[in-house]
Amino acid sequence: MNFQLTEERQMLQDGLRRYLGEAVTPQALEAAQTTGMSPDIWAGLSEMGVAGALFTEDQGGFGGAGFDLMVVFEELGRAGAVEPMLELLLAGRLVAELGDETQQEIVAQAVEGAVQLAFAHGEPASRFDLERVETRAERSGDGWTLTGRKSVVVNGAQADHIVVSARTSGDVADRDGISLFLLPKGTAGIEIRDYPLSQGGHAAEIVLDGVTLPAGALLGAEGQAFEAIETAQARATAAICADALGAMETARALTGDYLKTRKQFGQPIGKFQALQHRAADMLIEIEQARSAVINLCGHLEADRDTREIHVSATKHLVGKVARLVAEEAIQMHGGIGMTEEYDLGRFARRLSMLDQRFGDATFHLGRFVRLRAA
Amino acid sequence: MDLSFTEEQKAFRAEVRRFLDEKLPKRLSDKGRLGQRLTKQDYEEWHAILNEKGWLAGNWPKEHGGAGWNAVERHIFEEETTAAHAPRIVPFGLAMLGPVLQKFGSKEQQDYWLPRILNGDDWWCQGYSEPGAGSDLASVKTTAERDGDHYVVNGQKTWTTLGQYANMIFCLVRTSKEGKPQEGISFLLVDMNDPGVTVRPIVLLDGEPEVNEVFFDNVRVPVENLVGEENKGWTYAKYLLTHERTNIAGVGFANAGLANLKRIARLEQSGGRPLIEDPLFAAKIAEVEISLMAMATTNLRVVSAAAAGQAPGAESSMLKVKGTVIRQEINALTKQAVGPWAMPFVSEALEAGSNEGPVGPSYAMSATPHYLNNRKLSIYGGSNEVQKTIIAKAILEL
Repeated sequence: MNFQLTEERQMLQDGLRRYLGEAVTPQALEAAQTTGMSPDIWAGLSEMGVAGALFTEDQGGFGGAGFDLMVVFEELGRAGAVEPMLELLLAGRLVAELGDETQQEIVAQAVEGAVQLAFAHGEPASRFDLERVETRAERSGDGWTLTGRKSVVVNGAQADHIVVSARTSGDVADRDGISLFLLPKGTAGIEIRDYPLSQGGHAAEIVLDGVTLPAGALLGAEGQAFEAIETAQARATAAICADALGAMETARALTGDYLKTRKQFGQPIGKFQALQHRAADMLIEIEQARSAVINLCGHLEADRDTREIHVSATKHLVGKVARLVAEEAIQMHGGIGMTEEYDLGRFARRLSMLDQRFGDATFHLGRFVRLRAA
Repeated sequence: MDLSFTEEQKAFRAEVRRFLDEKLPKRLSDKGRLGQRLTKQDYEEWHAILNEKGWLAGNWPKEHGGAGWNAVERHIFEEETTAAHAPRIVPFGLAMLGPVLQKFGSKEQQDYWLPRILNGDDWWCQGYSEPGAGSDLASVKTTAERDGDHYVVNGQKTWTTLGQYANMIFCLVRTSKEGKPQEGISFLLVDMNDPGVTVRPIVLLDGEPEVNEVFFDNVRVPVENLVGEENKGWTYAKYLLTHERTNIAGVGFANAGLANLKRIARLEQSGGRPLIEDPLFAAKIAEVEISLMAMATTNLRVVSAAAAGQAPGAESSMLKVKGTVIRQEINALTKQAVGPWAMPFVSEALEAGSNEGPVGPSYAMSATPHYLNNRKLSIYGGSNEVQKTIIAKAILEL
């Protein structure tokens, strides 16, 4: 048992913290608004080799394990960086695990951070159900025709390649029959509506209106993608929870500073016990969240059931704590915590959006019960 | 980062398990499983079995007759013994006074008192709280005035756990009224058989006289029973509290309590189905289980830092708050799970071998007493509010 970071991860953490601390400026965030990311920061991250930490050695990277993800995403969250590294992880690892030789070229670029990716899986009616896929892929000649709509696809308009899920057989909620396809940017027949997200970054609604694809667009075995999707989502859940943890640490630090400097009734408001206890509660819960993230990251390579128990336990707990931290940080700040100009705002918004992706606290509580009963 | 135990630690766990299989009397584990009351003799019997193996004082160094375990080994021992429903080790001599004597006691005091703790010659209790000094421990008023070779002690202690079994009490007494309240406190060992000591039991909501009031009326205590220096007792008391808090998270108790709750929820019926299949009840169990999974890891993080030589700091305050809240929630859900069977209060049924059987299923009879008794968790050892104030000051620097 050991809770220390390895030397390599410690170096990665230190380097990232230093770099992002300087790079994520109000100007950089402003610049990121039109496309959902700052090209300078993306380039900076790529130069540091951050993308490589998301892939295993076999895939050409130098990490890929749960604790590599924890280090990277905690720092992205701490700085409030909006660059779509999570999408690179989600889609990139799917291509790395399922792709044929030609498709692996994308992985080689992804490891360098030289490409933008997205994973188009969610649909208007799927909410958090991973197996609910209505988009259809029909064979046509040698290739495929895709029809359907994909919703809130993060980085969808900016991605050079999009991994799209579609049903090749079975009923809308069957686990079997889901296939993945790799679509290059600019594929004919795709209609994209790009929009900004509350937490920063961009997403897109993607309408596939009889999009024709060559046979080589199929990623992995036909109809067998569910297991890979679930695994990818487990990794992404670990990453987004680590991101939230980093954001919580910043919210806590900002709140702590504010409690020490803001004076009312003739003294720093941090001297009031009502606020001291709220701040202590916040800290206790953040430590709970940190342990939950450690639990998930430490079990990403475990057997499926063990891994998914931790996915739901962690997403439930971190979801609850994220809400608490966002709301309490604003409350302890008072009015200033609600303003756009003060730094807390973007972290509170980021934390309050955690529940909207990959399943919220209630969804995962129910899922945890079912997994435990199984 | 590595969440698995080392081969050595796994082997140690297997050894503890083997020992419990062979040596833990079934009579005692049955009582634990059913939540029946343990007698003084039960505790003494278990202490003697552990002492024979050299495992009674896990936290003491070997030179004093302890097992010399590090924090991880102690954690494993704690997990295994609670899972096996062994009686808890009574902490007053072993976990509290022992470390203080080893750190601050004279050679004579160590040579005399430490073996007696291990052999069960003395049953110690803790004379800290007073009617006017609860969370605000520094305001103790019990006085000890020097008179030749003796201190004359006058005053009152309260909430003295299992004081009815004790023959010795370690006390915080006021030897000076100068300076800050913390500066005039001394740490004194008092023989409860001495003239002038009176013990009055306090019956708690679970019907048990678990705690007592202890009165001191001109009790003459030999000066060699002063630990360390006069007026330096506050330092020793704080040192003792850090030891009191090493297992403050109570992960073992929480795990055992959760397993018991799930067992009951599978047996109890609601709407013709096992209660555990009621989605709302299942969600409540899941919520506390998820919280416990995270807290257990927080505990291991602290334990592993302690094993690497870092002193436990305000992190133990966080564990105290979270650990007690989780255990209290498990107690509350267990009471809820047994439904109307939580109401019958047949005190005799909690005594093993009593002719008076439980009303309803045997798993139900301890639900209410345990729920009520464990309200203490968030009050003792520095109330949870005091812990939050410590966190605010020590970690958040407010």
